[in-house]
Amino acid sequence: MATEKVQVIEKILDANDQLAAQVQTLLTEAGVFSINIMASPGAGKTSVILKTIEKLSDKIRIGVIEGDTAPVTIDSDKVMALGMPVVQINTGGQCHLDAVMMDRSLKHIDYKDLDLLIVENVGNLICPAAFKIGTHANVVISSIPEGDDKPYKYTNIYRGIDVLLINKIDLLPYLDFRMDYFQQGVEILNPGLTTFKISCKSEEGFEQWINWLFHQVQEFKNQVNA
Amino acid sequence: MHELAVTESILQIAEKHALEAHAKKVTDITLVIGNLSSIVDDSVVFYWEMISKGTICEEAVIHFNRTPAIMLCLACGQTFEIPGELVPCPHCGSYQLNIQSGEEFFLESIEIER
Repeated sequence: MATEKVQVIEKILDANDQLAAQVQTLLTEAGVFSINIMASPGAGKTSVILKTIEKLSDKIRIGVIEGDTAPVTIDSDKVMALGMPVVQINTGGQCHLDAVMMDRSLKHIDYKDLDLLIVENVGNLICPAAFKIGTHANVVISSIPEGDDKPYKYTNIYRGIDVLLINKIDLLPYLDFRMDYFQQGVEILNPGLTTFKISCKSEEGFEQWINWLFHQVQEFKNQVNA
Repeated sequence: MHELAVTESILQIAEKHALEAHAKKVTDITLVIGNLSSIVDDSVVFYWEMISKGTICEEAVIHFNRTPAIMLCLACGQTFEIPGELVPCPHCGSYQLNIQSGEEFFLESIEIER
């Protein structure tokens, strides 16, 4: 039997992208600025989130969505201990959050009462890059012990992000991390990317990140209310 | 690991367009995937055999039209292909590069029988 060709030209993850756009509209209408934190396991996602809460929770209302592959509540317990609203997503082994999980989790957190919603994605440098979840800004945390070659190997995660945190800079004297080489790779993938070099331990550089984030939240509020 | 989610999307898109075209079955599906996209073809095919069973796409063969990752060297102006990992310009050694292509990620067409 003769076959017939049907032109499609549809982005493979278009359904996810569309739902992500809807999620973003929900958050925007509620005046909640949201960030998606992506990094490899152990880069310091939870530490950055906890310290960010510590520095900002007297100024703005913060909530957290914790993405984890397994039903362990180690991260969300830490956030809860700070008195912040938190909802945990168990991806059931899946390596990334997607817009469907985000949409579902918003039903379990009073996001309308927040100024800032922080989403901790699953620790992974490959999969989260492909799936939009509807946040207003995408953040990657790289850390010194991971090595300086990551932008050259994991190109996608550095594309289309809005800010990069280079964490654990207190370890620079002890490791052979070539900052120039690392940043040169990032520059190819995302020219002019806003970058903060920080340490959760010594708090070096943390203030700049906090100022940037606080400014973003305020700018966003002004835009939404305008 | 995200190939399962990707394969599910491929099936959804193919089924939707097959239905719209009143197809009896889908025989071929052509994807265009840039070499900068981290997708493993074999893994997609593996999941495809599992999830397409019992659907209109069950017998469809997936074709991967892979497009090269092309970089433009801002230092010497030449273009070159990279393997997916960033490498310096082979002509002048510069790392001042700009991505020209390789991020394509779409379903181009399906072949159907009515």
